Formats: sequence, structure tokens, C-alpha cells
Amino acid sequence: MSLFGNKFATSIRVKWYPNYWDTIALLLVLAVISLFAWVAKQMATPYQLGQTIPISLNPAVLPFYAGRTVVRMLIALFFSLLFTFIFGTWAAKSRYAERIIIPAIDILQAVPILGFLSVTIASFIRLFPGSLLGPECAAVFAIFTSQAWNMAFVFFQTVRAIPADLSETGHMFHLSAWQRFWRIEVPYAIPGLLWNTMASMSAGWFFVVAAEAITVSNQDILLPGIGSFIAVAIKAANLQAIGYAVLTMFIVILIYDQLLFRPLVAWAEKFKPEQQATEKTAESWVMNLFRRTRLMRNWGDKLAQLFDAFVNIKFFRPSQSIIFAKPFFKKDSDIVVTILWEIGILGLGIAAFIFVWHFVASHISFTEIRWVLVLGLITTARVFILILICSFIWVPLGIWIGLRPQVAQVAQAIAQILSAFPANLLYPFIVMVIVYYHLNPNIWLSPLMILGAQWYILFNIIAGASLIPNELLRVVDNLGVVGWARWRRLLLPSIFPYYVTGAIAAAGGAWNASIVAEVASWGNEKLVATGLGAYIAQYTSVGNFARIALGIGMMCLLVLIINRLIWRPLYVYAENRFVIGVSDV
Amino acid sequence: MSDPIIEVMTIQKYYKTGDKQDRLVLHDINFKMYEGEIVAVLGKSGSGKSTLLRIISGLTEPTSGDVYYRGQLVTGPVRGISMVFQTFALLPWLTVLQNVELGLEAQGLSRNERRHQALKVIDMIGLDGFETALPKELSGGMRQRVGFARALVVKPDILMMDEPFSALDVLTADTLKSDLLDLWQSRMIGINAILFVTHSIEEAIAFADRIILFDSDPGSIRSDVKISLPFPRSDLDPRFRNQVDRIYTLMTTEPQETRIQEGMIDIGYRLPDVSIEEMTGLLEILNSPEHHGRMDLPILADTLMHNLDELFPLTDLVQILRFAKISEGDISITQAGKVFVEADILERKKIFSMHLTKHIPLARYIHNQLTRHPRHRALEEHFLSLLEDYLSEKEAENVLRTVIEWGRYAELFAYDYNSGVLSLESGH
Repeated sequence: MSLFGNKFATSIRVKWYPNYWDTIALLLVLAVISLFAWVAKQMATPYQLGQTIPISLNPAVLPFYAGRTVVRMLIALFFSLLFTFIFGTWAAKSRYAERIIIPAIDILQAVPILGFLSVTIASFIRLFPGSLLGPECAAVFAIFTSQAWNMAFVFFQTVRAIPADLSETGHMFHLSAWQRFWRIEVPYAIPGLLWNTMASMSAGWFFVVAAEAITVSNQDILLPGIGSFIAVAIKAANLQAIGYAVLTMFIVILIYDQLLFRPLVAWAEKFKPEQQATEKTAESWVMNLFRRTRLMRNWGDKLAQLFDAFVNIKFFRPSQSIIFAKPFFKKDSDIVVTILWEIGILGLGIAAFIFVWHFVASHISFTEIRWVLVLGLITTARVFILILICSFIWVPLGIWIGLRPQVAQVAQAIAQILSAFPANLLYPFIVMVIVYYHLNPNIWLSPLMILGAQWYILFNIIAGASLIPNELLRVVDNLGVVGWARWRRLLLPSIFPYYVTGAIAAAGGAWNASIVAEVASWGNEKLVATGLGAYIAQYTSVGNFARIALGIGMMCLLVLIINRLIWRPLYVYAENRFVIGVSDV
Repeated sequence: MSDPIIEVMTIQKYYKTGDKQDRLVLHDINFKMYEGEIVAVLGKSGSGKSTLLRIISGLTEPTSGDVYYRGQLVTGPVRGISMVFQTFALLPWLTVLQNVELGLEAQGLSRNERRHQALKVIDMIGLDGFETALPKELSGGMRQRVGFARALVVKPDILMMDEPFSALDVLTADTLKSDLLDLWQSRMIGINAILFVTHSIEEAIAFADRIILFDSDPGSIRSDVKISLPFPRSDLDPRFRNQVDRIYTLMTTEPQETRIQEGMIDIGYRLPDVSIEEMTGLLEILNSPEHHGRMDLPILADTLMHNLDELFPLTDLVQILRFAKISEGDISITQAGKVFVEADILERKKIFSMHLTKHIPLARYIHNQLTRHPRHRALEEHFLSLLEDYLSEKEAENVLRTVIEWGRYAELFAYDYNSGVLSLESGH
């Protein structure tokens, strides 16, 4: 269930300072972002968009818009899987690839997703001039960036963690690399991959809604979808339309959950080696239906046969020789390859540095960079204060709920749905209130950032509290430990690892949301808070690409530093110290 | 005699430990296997016997030396060798039938042909009725049957087994063993030789035509013992018991043993992972009135319900600490051991502490370092990196954890889990 669990649990003693490969990867990522920005800058504005499809505010077309949004999600999911299989596997199989892919993924996870959108959309439009396909691709790409890194990383880790005897089984029976991939590696990774996909899909709704309606270089781009519907409704200050959209979204998410993910989770049960005592078997009425009807079963058999044929495609079959050559003998030429590789990467890193430096330095003064840093710190402060406030609310409540199994079951399901719900759909309601009462946007826009992300904290705490072993609760009762001592000695320590997991996810969500949350509008009113998110958003809408790149780079750096200095050590500490049931050896 | 099926020539295997020094796990292994033989490789845990099995089957490469399979140099997994794993190594997402079909899939057989052959073997091994079950629905014994079926269905030339029965309870293991032996003797499975690794002396004697005794640190062949008892072999047969005694004696006169008995262990010695309670328990049994401070090792193993893997670390420790002595397959308590068990808890700690610093160089070294340090503190990493010169990373961690546990019990030093800092117990 933990979104970031695998990512942080890799080593016991963490290094917080960046190593050589981190630095190179960071430079490469920044360079790619700058490159996109540079390309965008070179392109003539305004873009030649085809005929814009007018967005109607008629509720009858909402299902159609919802369908478009869902299709975007699915396409992005497909590409994320493709990316995962290619790069995750590559990193797991080649130590050269691993050293650059893994730090790069780590850094890419810190890049704000809407930032990607700001710099890539121009390139996509250029790719398909005169049609909506460009923005369409950009939207899909934004969703892709919200899940691909995470999924690839988990896949890499699980493939690496395949027990030696299973991979030896593959070798011993002479399975080809293709057969091993589909028979051993992919199945082994499925449970972890699925949980991660679900978690990132939740975030995906947020970004798809944000990506459908975006202003780049003073040009409004509206893709048919729920996001655009909301954007148009906001402009028209049409509260009723917004209400319809929110309702539609709820229904879509419910259907998605029931028809796609529940069945998948139930199906994935069989990939878990052993049932853990604490976990319940996942059930899904759809899956049960599927398994119990004959027609469906026949389809299932057909599918299984197709998959079987796919795994055993002749082309990928191994050699039939007695001794299966597995290139495990390291040759001396390896050293040459290694040296060449290292030189190449170093060269690339230097080139990236020069490019980034040039791009930023030639456009922006040092004072401005300092100012952006200050903006970044302001947003950082917002994120932390919000997490703190949310913690004070949700920790006691979450524990209370978690200790009551019947309540917990319902509440957890609700919290999970809420966390998937794109919070940006709810912004207008709050913005309306701020506009009406003339509240200070610097303070009152802030809660928008955490609106969607807070649920991560809640459902992790519920999960943690419901897993506190009964004997421990009885022991504490038996010893007469009540009140604050009970909280301090039992309840808080036992949910701590879950809290950290939730807080990390919530902080990540808040950072990402800052780009849409620090600037808000209602009708003709426009509210702007001071912060890095607003900086990026504003320069996106006027199309100043050097400044967008600077803003994104700064946010990426801040997130990285905070992850390394605060979240990761905290996570490792929690894992080592407070996880119940793992004997500490 | 005919040509050997397997010929192992001067195999060496090093494992990388840290970056300074490599650890030798297999040293100068030479042996041959012929058609029709069942060979057991018997040794303590960590003696590299499983590594040898993997080198022969081509799953791991040796650092130097060659393996020949029917005259062909082995450079990768060999078709014709199947392996059965201690942990079963079944793919949990495949049904019994699909698991059995796995090897056939690699051979590129058609779906129907695969199914046909797999069902035949499933029948033979007594798994019918379970074809569509997932491994997690099966008991341990049934799972290992799947492991056997999967290995047999590809009609291997040689069957290798890596402690195939050690994860099973005694009764299940016995049933499975006798079924396997029946299959082998009836020649129904078309296997030409079996090579298996075990740490149970009884198991080796019950099965094998030849036992290869392994020394540890580094793993090397100590002796090659022919077992010529007629089948079926019963462990109640006095001749069987004789063989057991003989093997025990052989194993406890290894050069490694002599080193232990003479206190020649160095700082990087792989300390046995044994708790103080276990050690005290052993000494108490030895010292009890009915044993008069002396026991036959096989009987001790029976009493403790231990196999070699569990027994030898214990006997190693009591010998290193001079609490007991082993000679000719018998273990006897020393005077010091007697004093130790008869003392009360606090007194025991004092005696243990004395023996610990006297006989275990690593404990002595840590204690000295802490005494010398101005604030009597040291980071565990310091000792870990020292140990990694001798041992693999994982073993180094285990050894340090063990010595820390002993040191804490002896009140020689204290340890803080969060910071990883070792410090001198106050009062020393």
C-alpha cells in the first residue's frame, strides 16, 4: 500500500549527500528540461492550432467528456507500462544502465509534473502542426510523467529482488530471456507494480484535469474533457456546471475502481508467494462474476492460450544446444567498454552543465535566481505548515478510526476514493469564498495545495492503526496504561512508519499541486499567491521558457534536498525502529 | 569403469568481499561421477557445497578450474541436469501443471505435447488431483513433489538436489525419500545419476553409494567414503549406526576442528551463530547426572533433535570457549564448563566474560579498542570493515551481531542500536 515504501527502504545507512551519479543525472534531467524550453522558445508564437472545439457547458455532454478523459488515462497507462518494462528491465540487467537510469528516475520523480507539461507542450504542438493532437499528446505525457518513474523504479527493484532460486530455475530449464521475462520477472513484480500504478493513477486524475485546460504563451488550449469543462465553467462562473462535473468525476472514479482496479487486485492475489496473516484476501465482485460464469471463463481460457502463444513465440526461443551459453564469463574487453562508458557519461554531464548554465545565465540575472530561491522557500514553508496542520487533524482521527474495524473498513475505502478524486475540481468552491470575502490569497489559497494530498495521510494512518496487534492493545490495558502514556508508548510509535509514508506522499502531492493552487481564478477575478508554483504558472501562461525552466529546476532541487535531508532519513529510521513484527536483527 | 558423466577439475571459487580481499569458498575441488551412482555431498553449513552444485550444473561460474559434462566443457546451464531446490523454487503464480510444464516450454514443445508429458509425470509422482492447484494451496511435501515432477519431466541425465528434504518435517521427508528411492530403483525415471547436498548424516547414508565429506573455510573435499550397505537401508541396522559413528568421527577430526580445539582461531573466524541460552542448555544436558559429562555425538543430535547444521555451530562454540571437548565422535564437558553450568546467573556472566576475552580474538580486540579509546566508544562500521576483509558482507554482519550479543551478555561492552555505537560497559 505504501506509495514510496520501496523507494526508500533500499539501504539501512542512508547517504544524504549526492554522489557522482546523482550529480550527472541531475544535470542531464535539468538539461533535458532546458532543451525542451529552448526548443519552445525557438518556435514562432502564436501556435497554429486547428479549429478549436468549443466546450459546451451542457451536462448532457459530460459523459462524452468523461470518456475522453478516461481514454487519455488509459493511453498514458499503456505507455507507462511500456517504459517500465523497457527501462526497468534494462536497469535491472545492465550495471551501466543502472548507474544512470536509477538516479535519473529518482530526480525525475522530484520534477513537478505540470512543469513537464509547460515545457513540452510547445514541442508536441510543433510535432503535429494544425491539429489538437499536439496538446492531446502533451496531456497524455503529463499523466505519463506522473506514473512512469514510480512504476519503473518499483519494477527495477522487484526484478532485482527475485529470489535466487527462482531465477536459477529459469536458467536451469533453459528458458529464453523472453520466456524468463514473462514467466518469472513480470509475474514476480505484478503485486508491487499494481499498487504503485493504483497510487499514481490517483494522482493522474489530478494532472489530466489540469492538463486539459492550459494556457501557454497567451494561448488557451482546451481539450475536450472534464478538465476543460471545469475551466470553462470557472470562466463563466457557473456553479451549477461545476457541480455536475464534480458528480461525474465521482462516478467515473467509482467505476474505474470497481471495474478495473478491484478486479486487478483480486487477480493479483495469485502472484503473492505467501499470504501474510495480517492481510485479507482482496475480493472483487467483478472478478467473482468473471470466474464463475462459463462464457467469461471461456474467454479467460482463450486469453490464457493467447498469452501462452505470446510467451512461446518461436522467434525468441533459446538455442537447443546441450550447454546453454549464458554470458557469465567477464572478458577483458569489459574494461574498455567501462572506460568508454564512463567517459561518455562524463562528457554528457559536462555538456549538460554548459547548456543549462548558458540557457539560464544568458536570460536571467543572478538577483532573479535568488528571488526564485526565496519563492521556493516560501512554497516549502507552505507545504510543511500544511502537512503539520493536517497531521494534527488526521492523526488522532485516523487512529480512532483505525482501532474500530467496522468503521475503518468503510473509512479507508472512502479515503482512498477521495485521494483519487482530482482536488482541482473543488478549487472553484473555495476560490469563490475567498473572492467573496476578500481574504488574503497568500494564506487562504494555501489549503488548496493539500486538499487532495491530505487523504494520503489519513488512509495510511487508518491502515497503520488497524494493524496494531491486538495483544499489544491488551497488554497496555492490562498494565493500566491510559491517556497520554498510551498514546506516547503504543499508539503513536506503532503508526509512525505509516505516518511517514503518508506524509511523504502528501508532501509530494502538495508540491505538484502548488503550480495550480497558487494561482486561481473565478469568473474575471484572479488570485495570485507569492510562491514558486505561481511563478511557474504565470510564466507558463505568457510563454517565458527560460524562466519556466528556472522555476522547475529550482522546485526539483528543493524537493530533492528535502527528500534526502528529511524524508529519507525519517523513513529509514521509522522502518528500523518502529515496524512491528519484523525482528530487528 | 566407463567414462565419467561429470568431471570436476581443480575448481576454485572466490567471493568478492569488500574491495580488498576475496574470500575463498571452494578450494581445489576434484571429483568424478559415474553412471548409476548416487553421490551425497555432506558438510557443515557455509562450506560451499551448494555453490559446488551450482557450478557443476553451470548456474554459477568457477573462478578457476573446469567442469566437464560428458566430455563437454560447461560454460552455462547444462541441458540434461535438473535441480531440486531446498526452498522448492516453484513459481507461485503458476498452477502445479504449469510449473511442471515450465521446462518443456523452454524446449519449444507444443501445448498438447507439453500437457501430455506433464500429466504423465504428475501421475507417476503421486500428484494427480492437484493439477490445477496453486503451490500455496499445497503442503510442503506436496510442493516438493511438484519440484521433483518439474525436474523429472525434462528427462534429465543427472538429477541434482540441494538439501531437498531439509525444509520438510521428518515424516514427510521419509515418505518422499522412500518414494524417490523406489522410482530410482525401478528405473522408471530414466535418470543416470543423482548428486545431492545434505547436512544430515543419516540421510546421506540412507541414500548414497558414495559420500563426499566437505571441510569448511575454505570448502574442500576431505574424504570420499563408499557406502556399500544393501538397500533397503534401515537406520536401526547396527551396520548403519556404525557408518553414522564413522562419519561423525571423520567430521570432527577435520583440520578445521583441530584448529578450534587448539584455540587457533583468528580475528576473522566465522563465529557460530549461537545464543548463550542454547550453549548453556547444551552444557546442562552434558552435565546432567545421566550423562556424566560425556555423550556420543549422534545421541546428542537425537536428544536435541538437531541436524548437523544446528549441532556443529553449538559444539564449535563450546569447544572454542573451552567448555567442552570433542574426540572420536564423543563430546565431554571440561572442568571450566562444569563450573560455568553450576554457577548462578551473575557468576556465569563473569566466567563467560573471562572465556570470551581469552579465547575469542574478535571479542578481545573490540574490548581492547574500546579500552584504549579516550571516550571508550567506537562505531560498529569500524569492526565491520575489519571483518569484511575476511568474510562476505552478510557474514561479517552476522558475526558482528553474534559477538555483540555475547559481549552484551558478558557485560564486556554496550551497544546502541540506533547510532551503531559500541561502548565500554561502565564498571570495566
